[in-house]
Amino acid sequence: MGGMTAPQVAPIETPDIEEAPAADRPWVTIVWNDPVNLMSYVTWVFQKLFGYSKDRAEALMLDVHHKGKAIVSSGARERMEHDASRLHAYGLWATVDKQ
Amino acid sequence: MSMFRRHADICVARFAADEVSVLRQVATEVIGLLTDGFDRADPVVERLFPDVYGDDPAQAAEVRRYIEGDLKTAKIDQAGAILAALPATGGAVVRLDAEAAEAWLRALNDVRLALGIRLDVRDDTDLLEELDDAVMRDPTSARVRQLTMYQYLGVLQESLLEAIIATGR
Repeated sequence: MGGMTAPQVAPIETPDIEEAPAADRPWVTIVWNDPVNLMSYVTWVFQKLFGYSKDRAEALMLDVHHKGKAIVSSGARERMEHDASRLHAYGLWATVDKQ
Repeated sequence: MSMFRRHADICVARFAADEVSVLRQVATEVIGLLTDGFDRADPVVERLFPDVYGDDPAQAAEVRRYIEGDLKTAKIDQAGAILAALPATGGAVVRLDAEAAEAWLRALNDVRLALGIRLDVRDDTDLLEELDDAVMRDPTSARVRQLTMYQYLGVLQESLLEAIIATGR
């Protein structure tokens, strides 16, 4: 991100996508399936970038693998763009969309 | 085939001369793609720098304007971390601290993504079958060499990830 300081530490709270009102979290970051990335690596990236537990990260990875995509974070648009670019730095295929 | 192992706080691997040469080659190729050879129309570049808005090219271009520079620099730096840890020729014992290990991990992933696109690896691709077919057609072909490298780099990346996780981070 040009000129911005990226947070060095993963967020402490784990955003709960299901329970949050849609209006508060209008934008989402989606990770798409990819035939190259190792499953263990994708799980590790989700833990590392979002501070998710191993179980949660693994469930998201399996969603990506089996369903073709998964929502990995939600919130303000600019934060989602930042999340997508961080995922791109790790080689994951991420896009931003409106919930 | 070399693998990474954890020793105290560092990830260690001993590479034979041919492994050093393969790693140098693939890292150099990625750096080439990201510098002089940078071409948005190249499917590898497209994969390493996906559009943030898949169905809105104008918006995607706008985001790319402020994301791409830093992302490119990060990817060049991580591929550079591979070169920095290896001798120009000959075998080597590579010792990576936490930062270097992560740079290697991400760089190995970029390298595999690039090779995967070139080899047309898909979800249902059976690598061993592909390799058998390629060997039968021409054991000296570039495809045999690339498939072998792809497989080797996958095993190496997995071993590095395990070594990183074993350090407790």
